Amino acid sequence: MSQAQSYLSSARDDLRTEPRPVRAAIIAIAVIFLTVFVVLPLVVVFAQAFSKGVGAYFSALSDPEALSAIRLTLAVAAISVSLNLVFGLAAAWAIAKFDFRGKTFLISLIDLPFSVSPVISGLVFVLLFGAQGFWGPWLQAHNIHVLFAVPGIALATIFVTFPFVARALIPLMQEQGTQEEEAAISLGASGLQTFFRVTLPNIKWGVLYGVLLCNARAMGEFGAVSVVSGHIRGETNTMPLLVEILYNEYQFVSSFAIASLLAMLALITLVAKTILERHLDEGQLSSVD
Amino acid sequence: MSIEVKNIVKKFGAFAALDHVDLKVANGELLALLGPSGSGKTTLLRIIAGLDWPDAGEVSFDGENALAHGAGERHVGFVFQHYALFRHMTVFENVAFGLRVQPRAVRKDEASIRARVKELLDLVQLDWLANRYPSQLSGGQRQRIALARALAIEPRVLLLDEPFGALDAKVRKELRQWLRSLHQEINVTSIFVTHDQEEALEVANRVVVMDKGRIEQIGTPSDVYDNPATAFVHGFIGESIVLPVDIDDGGVRLGGRALNISADGAACGASKLFVRRHDMQVGPPGSGVLEGAVRHIRTFGPIQRAEVALSVGEGATLIEIDAPRDRELKSGDIVGLQPRRYRIFAA
Repeated sequence: MSQAQSYLSSARDDLRTEPRPVRAAIIAIAVIFLTVFVVLPLVVVFAQAFSKGVGAYFSALSDPEALSAIRLTLAVAAISVSLNLVFGLAAAWAIAKFDFRGKTFLISLIDLPFSVSPVISGLVFVLLFGAQGFWGPWLQAHNIHVLFAVPGIALATIFVTFPFVARALIPLMQEQGTQEEEAAISLGASGLQTFFRVTLPNIKWGVLYGVLLCNARAMGEFGAVSVVSGHIRGETNTMPLLVEILYNEYQFVSSFAIASLLAMLALITLVAKTILERHLDEGQLSSVD
Repeated sequence: MSIEVKNIVKKFGAFAALDHVDLKVANGELLALLGPSGSGKTTLLRIIAGLDWPDAGEVSFDGENALAHGAGERHVGFVFQHYALFRHMTVFENVAFGLRVQPRAVRKDEASIRARVKELLDLVQLDWLANRYPSQLSGGQRQRIALARALAIEPRVLLLDEPFGALDAKVRKELRQWLRSLHQEINVTSIFVTHDQEEALEVANRVVVMDKGRIEQIGTPSDVYDNPATAFVHGFIGESIVLPVDIDDGGVRLGGRALNISADGAACGASKLFVRRHDMQVGPPGSGVLEGAVRHIRTFGPIQRAEVALSVGEGATLIEIDAPRDRELKSGDIVGLQPRRYRIFAA
C-alpha cells in the first residue's frame, strides 16, 4: 500500500506540469474562496457575538429564552439521534446483509429526506398532525399535542436526519460482506451474539461517523422545524429558530451568541469527523488481503 | 461421522446450481469436490454446512436429518476461501470464539478455553501469533488460523471451501501436505472444494467430479484419472488430446480416414477420441495409426512436449504430446503416432 502511495505521489509530481504562475493563481483562488465563504463568516459570527464584550455574550446565553432553546435543541437531538441510530442500524443491516424483494425501493426511501426540501418535510407533518390534518381531530379529541410542541419538532428532525446513519453504514457493511457472520453462525453463535460480537464491532467507527453527522444536522435543522414549531417563545424555539427571531428583532449580540454555539458545534464536528474518517480508512485497509 | 446427501436440488432463479445430487461420505473420509466454477460444488458444501438450504432433497448426518437444524446446531467446522477471520479480534480470540459463544450451561471456564486455544494454536504451529490481528498475518497463516478456529468446536465434520484458492502456488503446495497429515492426525470426516485437479488428486482419498450441478464421477484419485467415466471427466482431469471421430460398424474414422484401432464397443455416430498426452507413442513415420509433422518442441524435466500438426483431412489439427527425452525430436520431423491407451465417448 505504501509502495502504491509513493508510486502515485511520484506520478503526481511528474504530472504537475503547469507553469508556476498558473499554480500560484489556482492556489490563490482556492484560498480567497475559502476565506470569503468559510473563514470570514465564522469570524463575523464570533466578532458580532463578542461585539459588546464578554459579559454581554454570556448574559445573552444565560437568558431564559436562550437556555430554553439550548435545552430543547439538545433534547430533540438526543431523541432523534438515538432513534435514528436504531433505525439506521436496522436498515443498513437488512440492506447490506440480506437479499429481499423491494430492497432498491427501501434504499431510495432512505434517501428520500435528502431529496425533499426540509420545508416540504415540515409541511407533511402539518398535513398529518395539524388541526385540519389527517389525524388532527383524533389527536385533539384525546388532547395530544404533536404540532407546535416537542413531539412535532422531534418527528420533523427524525425525518430530516434519517438517512445519515444508514448512509454511513450501508457501503461499509456491503464491502465487509457476510462471511464473518456466516463463520460466527457456523461456530454456534446465535443471531444476537453474531450481531453484537461480530457485526457491530466491525462497523463501530462507521456508526460513530453516522451519529456525528446525524447529530450535527439534528441540532442545525431549520426549515422543517420552523414549519412545525409554531415559534412559541421559551417553549418551541430551537437554537436555529431563536437565532432568526433575535436577528429579526435587531438583538444582534444575542442572535450571534447563539449562532456562535452552533458554529462551535460545527467546528467540533469537523474535527471529530476527520478523526473518525482516519479510523474508517484504517479499518478498510486492514480488510485488504 | 457419515454424511448422506439425497436428491438435492438447488436453483438460483432459473439456474440449477444442483440438479438431483446424491452423495455418501463415509466416516473419517477426506473427500474432494472437484469441478470448474459454476459446477455447484461450493453450493453443495454450503448446503451440508447449513449456510444454504436446498429446494428439495435430504441431508443426513449419521442417519439423522440435518436439515432440521441450522448451521450453528450441526457442529460443522467451516473454512472459507477468504478466511473470514474476525478482523477486530486477535488470533487468540478468533480461535476462542466458538468456545465463548456456547450456551452458559455447557461453556468451559476461562482456564479450559485458554488451554484449548493454546492446544489448537500448537496444532497449526502458530502459537507465537496469538496476540496478532488477522491483518498482520500472511494468507497461509490466516488460513491455518481459520482451520484452528473451525476445529475449536470439535466439529463432527470439517468443510473447506477452496481452502487454498487465495494462496500463491508454493504456500498452496505446503498447506496441501499439511492438511493431509493433519487429517491423518485428527481423522475427522472432511470435505473440501477445489477447482484444482492436482490438489484434489494429491490430497483426497476420494474425488467427486462435478459439472453443471451434477456429479459426473465418484472414485479414488487413480480411478478418476485412469478410468474417467465421462468425456467431461477425461477432459477436466489430466491433460488430454481430443480428436473428433466417427464410429461406424466397429471402425473409427478421423476426418474420413479409417484409424486402425478398435472402437471398444462405442456406439455409432459422431464421437470424441480422448488420449492422454503421454499415452501417444511417438515413432518413425508409418509406425502408428496417425501421422504428423512436429511444429515446435519445448523441453522441461523428464519430458519433451511436442506440438504436432496431424496430416488428416482438410487443414492441420494441432495436438500436444508428451514424449520421453530419450527420443530425439526436432521441429520439421514427420512422426508416426500410436495411442497406447484411449477412450471414446459419444460427442
